[in-house]
Amino acid sequence: MSITHTASRPSAHRSEGLKAHSTSSTLRKGIADAAISIPFFAYTACFLLVPTLIVIVGAFTSRTGGFTLNNLAKLGEANTLHSLMTSITVSAASALIGAVVGACASYALVIGAKPNGMLRRVMLAVSSVLAQFGGIMLAFAFIATIGINGVLTLALQQLFSFTVNPNWLSSIGGLITIYSYFQIPLMIVIFLPAVDSMRPQWREAVESLGGTTWHYWSRVAVPILLPRFISAFLLLFANAFSAYATAAALFAQRAILLPLMVQSAMRNEMDPNQQGFAQVLAFTMILVVALVMWLSHAVEKRAGRWQ
Amino acid sequence: MSLAERKAVAAAIDELHDGKAEQSSVTDAARAVLEDSQERGGGICMQHIDKIYPGNATKALDDFNLDVKPGEMVVLLGGSGCGKSTALRSLSGLEDIQAGRIMVGGQDVTSVPANKRNMAMVFQAYSLFPHMTAVQNVEFGLEIRGLSFKERHRIAMEKLELVGLVDQATKFTQQMSGGQQQRVALARALAISPRVLLLDEPLSALDAKVRVQLREEIRRIQVETGTTTVFVTHDQEEALSVADRIGVMNHGRIEQIDAPQTLYQRPSTEYVATFIGVTNRLPAASNGDEALVFGRCVPLIEGSARGDEVTALIRPEALTIDTSGRTSAIGEKAQVQSIHFLGSHIRVDAVLKDEVWTRANGGKPLEVTVQCSSTGAPDGLAVGGDVTIVPLPVPALAV
Amino acid sequence: MAVMQDVKPEQPVQLRAIRIRRQRIVKTLVLGAVAIFLATPLLAMLLFTVRQPLSGVWGIEPWKAIFTGDGSSLGADMSALWKGLGVSLALSAVTVVLMLLLLVPTMVMAHIRNKRLERAIEWVSTLPLTIPAIVLVVGLGPMYRWMSINLLSTNPIWLCFAYVILVLPFAFRALAVGLRSIDVNTLSEAARSLGASWPKVFFKVLIPNLWQSMLSASFISVAVVLGEYTVASLLGRTNLQVALFQLGQSNAQISTAMSLLALVFATVLVVALDVIAEHMRRRQEKGQNDVIG
Repeated sequence: MSITHTASRPSAHRSEGLKAHSTSSTLRKGIADAAISIPFFAYTACFLLVPTLIVIVGAFTSRTGGFTLNNLAKLGEANTLHSLMTSITVSAASALIGAVVGACASYALVIGAKPNGMLRRVMLAVSSVLAQFGGIMLAFAFIATIGINGVLTLALQQLFSFTVNPNWLSSIGGLITIYSYFQIPLMIVIFLPAVDSMRPQWREAVESLGGTTWHYWSRVAVPILLPRFISAFLLLFANAFSAYATAAALFAQRAILLPLMVQSAMRNEMDPNQQGFAQVLAFTMILVVALVMWLSHAVEKRAGRWQ
Repeated sequence: MSLAERKAVAAAIDELHDGKAEQSSVTDAARAVLEDSQERGGGICMQHIDKIYPGNATKALDDFNLDVKPGEMVVLLGGSGCGKSTALRSLSGLEDIQAGRIMVGGQDVTSVPANKRNMAMVFQAYSLFPHMTAVQNVEFGLEIRGLSFKERHRIAMEKLELVGLVDQATKFTQQMSGGQQQRVALARALAISPRVLLLDEPLSALDAKVRVQLREEIRRIQVETGTTTVFVTHDQEEALSVADRIGVMNHGRIEQIDAPQTLYQRPSTEYVATFIGVTNRLPAASNGDEALVFGRCVPLIEGSARGDEVTALIRPEALTIDTSGRTSAIGEKAQVQSIHFLGSHIRVDAVLKDEVWTRANGGKPLEVTVQCSSTGAPDGLAVGGDVTIVPLPVPALAV
Repeated sequence: MAVMQDVKPEQPVQLRAIRIRRQRIVKTLVLGAVAIFLATPLLAMLLFTVRQPLSGVWGIEPWKAIFTGDGSSLGADMSALWKGLGVSLALSAVTVVLMLLLLVPTMVMAHIRNKRLERAIEWVSTLPLTIPAIVLVVGLGPMYRWMSINLLSTNPIWLCFAYVILVLPFAFRALAVGLRSIDVNTLSEAARSLGASWPKVFFKVLIPNLWQSMLSASFISVAVVLGEYTVASLLGRTNLQVALFQLGQSNAQISTAMSLLALVFATVLVVALDVIAEHMRRRQEKGQNDVIG
């Protein structure tokens, strides 16, 4: 509303009549602004704010409906802590692999290539598809590859008589590999613009000032890219931490990750011992993801301080 | 050093180079300047350079030759794609060359990598490191050379003072205006005391007023530091105002390289004559030394064509305009099309009346541009009025 | 100055060319490795669908089953899959319409008239990234239980309300890019000064200039909805992914083939988007050249 206000100020100085008119029109515009944006805010309040509040309130509600901190006690149980740790390990490892490999791939896509070259367009299109390729279908893809009857499993057995451990897919290492499958493309999508913004003149300037390739990387490229790399890494972490469907398809029975625990807690909601447990777990997830996203924003902001 | 002194020194240096040093009375000051600039690397000599970009049939540089004396500022001028930037980048080592030799201060640097050539480049734009402040940018080259923090900071501040930005030293470069950024880039280039300073269209990204201001400053600093400089631009006014010598480039080689005044007044090729300034193309008859233009004898520049149907390239200020209406053997009748008042002078566009000219010009009326000083404009000059155009006996090129 | 010498006949050292060659090798290695990692599972999926893993018999029965709609030869009941696919397609359509209705007018209005409101909308729209679907579902559970009893039915189509929230960050970003790339203020001021009313400005001037980003927001929404499993499965509704998962328990080949098809469909969407973007870019460049020329 600040814009309409300043716009009306000059006319307000001119005459009393105009002043009265502009005030009322400012008000009318303000009301119109609000009217157009009401559906959006009402909708998000209803389907975003309310569910979130239900989670938060539920986390602190006792069986009798009063306020309690007892629900939080379940967080301290060994198997909850264990799945929290597994979630963090898998997310951090897959985010690290995704970030490093994705950053290298982004760099390889940019150097010595035209800004709108074919290879780059194809890679970017494929990456944006695969970055969203989570869930059930991804699990199928890996079961078809190195599941017990997977194509790669059989090929390795026949060609090198190397037997893949049939449980490898449902180990932490397997999970990290599967998650990397959508993390690497996601990193390419996020990080390519950052690499694009690197000016070839910087490298040439370093050279003309007497610097080597090492000087360019250590003094220019890495310092400029690092904040955006870290913020991308954190985004990848949050992405893996909230992923549910892939793991759900692979671990039908065992709740080894936090999202899987949320699911089993929801299933057992009628169990009085599980009162508020799903909400507490969900609340914990919100806290972790929000913290990571906030960090990511903070790093990005710091990167922008010289702009 | 005053400009007059500097010119004297430059003249003395010229003689030194021509090998006449022994006979002439070279001052000690000139010797000192020469030694100083040779210490910095001295002159540049590019011989028979060929450059072909991969996947490109035509040569970007085709037997390109350039000599730059120590402490001299040479401007490479030309339209886009003429190879002027390629020449500069080849000199700096940022491009490979396919044939030829590059010497700096008598030393062959053809196979020396760019970062060992000790030439500093100022780019068109965006070359400053965005994560460093102005002073950190200027210090960069010195840090690579392993100078202590104190020393490099001192030099950096000195260079920032030279470009008038001491008070902006701790600002990030993206918070600065385009003109300030280019000043920092200049300071950064000068900080490493380069043997050669290379300026690749440093002013093209700036707006007109800043451009004029900064080019004067670049010239001042260049004269002050005595750094051998190659400046690439497509702006002829810029070139004319800062250069010791201008090399006009076309098709990957230099068409003519001379002092600005010589280049303007005595162009050696048609391309140079038409590229710099405004030129009238008037039909003439030539015997090689003189040409008959509109019934008037005009002396010709060496290398002019001879024949009864040549074209004389005549500057607008080498024509006069007569409104008296007298009939005379010299001069040609024309009708005024438009009059442009440009402050110190007036530019008049007129069309020749005689059908002969129109036929000779392929059916289109032949247009002539005349320039005279605003105080010397004839009475009765008006659009649509009849005038007589008379050439002045100023040397011209016939082609 | 140096004494003039004849130019040496051999070519000077091509330092740049050597570096570019070295760069190209590294580039090929990195991209090759990434491409192999990304391609292997896809290739494996394809092979898996045409080769019976236990008997080792080659055949295209799973694909036949999908394209004829009859899975009886493989002993699979495809009806649930078709139902799930239908639900997901309907959900995509409804979600896209709802999303556009909610976002476009609000974003355009805020962009023109109120920067603070615009920032608020951005904050709200990107919030779902901070609240994972699995968390949202914990809160949505009781809401949907209540709604299905008191207001609506248990029809899976009502999942669209949750899905609009899930696609919000992606759709917002696509639309914001479009809004930033055209000068909405100048366009609308020009139209207003020519006497157009606000609705006219919106429908006749802004929408035609925004259609590309609206399309891109729609495509990404469709892709998200078609791949959605978490919300549907935990709220006990059947959509494409839930049906796929169930089918996967009995016939892995058909469900793998179907997954591959879904992936191809998503790729087609993205490529179409890229082609449109390229087309728009070309047109813009051409327009600029025309102005200069």
